[in-house]
Amino acid sequence: MTRVHTPAPQRPDSRGSPPSPAAGKRWTAWRARLDVKYSPYLYIAPFFLLFAAFGLFPLAYTFFVSLHDWHMVGDREYTGFDNYAELLGDDRFWNATYNTLGIFIIATIPQLLAALAIAHVLNRKLRALTFFRMAIVVPSITSVAAIAIVFNQLYARDFGMVNYLIGLIGFEGINWQAHRWSSWFAIATIVDWRWIGYNAVIYLAAMQAIPRQLYEAAAIDGASQWRQFWHITVPMLRPTIIFTVIISTIFGLQLFTEPLLFGSGAEITGGSLRQFQTVTMYMFENAFGLFDYGYASTVAWMLFLLILIGSLINFFVVRRISSAE
Amino acid sequence: MSISQRPRGWMRAGAIVAAGTLGTAAACTAPADEGDPDEPTTITVDVFGNFGYSEAGLYEEFEEMHPDIEIRERGTGMELGDYDERLTQWLAAGSGTGDIIALEEGILTRLKEQPDHFVDLYEHGAGDMEEDFLDWKWEQGHDADGDQLLGLGTDVGGLAMCYRVDLFEKAGLPTDRDEVSELWPTWDDYIDVGERFREAGLDAGFLDAATNTFNAILMQRAGETTGYTYFDEAGEFVVDDNPAVKDAWDTTLGMLDAGLSANLMSFSDQWNSGFRAGTFATIACPAWMLGYIEDQAGDAGEGKWDVATIPGEGGNWGGSFLAVSSQSEHQEEAAELARFLTSPESHLKVFQALGNLPSTVTALAEPELLEHRSEYFNDAPVGEIFGTGAQELDPVYLGADNQPVRDEMENALRAIEEGTLDPGEAWETAVNNAERVGR
Repeated sequence: MTRVHTPAPQRPDSRGSPPSPAAGKRWTAWRARLDVKYSPYLYIAPFFLLFAAFGLFPLAYTFFVSLHDWHMVGDREYTGFDNYAELLGDDRFWNATYNTLGIFIIATIPQLLAALAIAHVLNRKLRALTFFRMAIVVPSITSVAAIAIVFNQLYARDFGMVNYLIGLIGFEGINWQAHRWSSWFAIATIVDWRWIGYNAVIYLAAMQAIPRQLYEAAAIDGASQWRQFWHITVPMLRPTIIFTVIISTIFGLQLFTEPLLFGSGAEITGGSLRQFQTVTMYMFENAFGLFDYGYASTVAWMLFLLILIGSLINFFVVRRISSAE
Repeated sequence: MSISQRPRGWMRAGAIVAAGTLGTAAACTAPADEGDPDEPTTITVDVFGNFGYSEAGLYEEFEEMHPDIEIRERGTGMELGDYDERLTQWLAAGSGTGDIIALEEGILTRLKEQPDHFVDLYEHGAGDMEEDFLDWKWEQGHDADGDQLLGLGTDVGGLAMCYRVDLFEKAGLPTDRDEVSELWPTWDDYIDVGERFREAGLDAGFLDAATNTFNAILMQRAGETTGYTYFDEAGEFVVDDNPAVKDAWDTTLGMLDAGLSANLMSFSDQWNSGFRAGTFATIACPAWMLGYIEDQAGDAGEGKWDVATIPGEGGNWGGSFLAVSSQSEHQEEAAELARFLTSPESHLKVFQALGNLPSTVTALAEPELLEHRSEYFNDAPVGEIFGTGAQELDPVYLGADNQPVRDEMENALRAIEEGTLDPGEAWETAVNNAERVGR
């Protein structure tokens, strides 16, 4: 990955006779070369130093911990890859993975499609355009805890608004937390409400960079609005779509707060039968519920790999789809 | 005070993750001693829930006796799970704990194997307090080898049954607490009363949640019979062998079968608001639950709740200890304060202020305690209800992994309530799940 370069010594060894003019010239040239060659590294060093301290070190340390039978308070013992072997056979981990992927899919696909549609609409001339453009970003800057609490009320079993509306059309209310499908659906709506606007703004920015001539030319050739959208807008947005898909994958697979607060904030098991426990929640359960630090670190590392694999798959899939020009 | 409950620090954890902070919670270090002779020594007391020391005026009293000492309390109102998580991080990090730390019996059991984290209170003259305490409470305060005194008892969780007077009235049941107590000498009678209540067709459950009731019955049955719940005294996992567990389970299932539960999740928002809204008519009440009900039901709930005796024979659920952290720089002063706060006199004051039931024999025998009535609960003679049986309370041993096992049992019960787990299969599911975290 990245190597952190330490800056070279700033001045040459100045022992001995005072520098001659020629030597001075050489010194200046040498310094200039040094400057050109190394100072860029110096400029970017702060980021990489911080990254090393807060990114790389925790990553490596987590891996170190994951090789141990390590309890938060008490004994630790080196066990090699035992934790990993155990994890691969742990149906609770796979259950959490299944939930995470399931929620990710039913949340992300509608989310990105809706964002695309909204961006398309906002890319036209509308009344109060600025208002609408601003408004769609509001959910992303609202505290996730506040959002989750409001949605939790909406989906409450006894006095929730959603169940009230369901009751109005003559059906029985649903205990949203109790079933896998209902909890996934509810969590997906929370995630989507929060992130559609964010993605829409990114798409909108990219759309505005598409040259108008392309649309004019297409219109002259008789292409409908729909064809223009699919054959000009979407392909031109390809890099942006890839970006949003990768970002969504990274966030989606780390999903934590929404499902946690959906379960009243007290349920790290994600429902009585773990019907909506995500991988991050399982990690937390091990770390702070069972105080099994080593195993929790193993979950963390597996999650890291999962995100890596997920992002790569998405990258290739999306690249294929939208490059069909 | 001790709330033996499940919620953990996930809310807070959620906030941390949401903020994108991946790291351990900031360590608040206990105040360092600057060594300035004019500066008072600060003793920090870490608690959860409500121990009632400020309400009972005990800190003030101690500060008056020791002008050079200032007491700072952290954590009142904090949920046990949050507290446990934070405490565990501080112990693991080797810094951050207060001078005095409150240990709920489950936490104490888990930390018994690591007595190094605590000061041996025998070295600070606590040994002469032995005869004040209930024998078993005193014993529980020791480390695994029984040599070191880790904690001094605060309260015990004698059991009663709290009920909503207004709902009982609407359902045509007696409302007088003595008559109510006579309705249910046994849990089977309790179920019968529940069926009468259900037939009245009110929009409320007879009991709040299977989990809460199950815990109370289990602690009662275990106290009567084996003396342990999920783990025996040797630390062996015995969920499937302990008749007390199966017994409590079957009794609870009987209640679910009769459709008596409001199917709420203990300590959830809906459960909390149920105390005020009256979505359930009865709740198993360890002594520390009284304060909780008062908090949740608020002024509007005054006089609506009353206290009757629990079906079956008494029982004990929950209770805490005060320990002195070996991280403390003022161990001598801290030990003195801990002894002061757990003296019979202090126990009594806390009981009068808040209702937490003393764990000292002397305080339990005080006429002042036995005559104490709670205004909030219709002037119920809580001193008599809780105090009378308290001397005979049976200790129940909890294993180190009690909490995760309990979570699994509760989850299975909740799944039955939610209709996603067949009651016939639930026992097996619960035992299997519990075994995974407990063995």
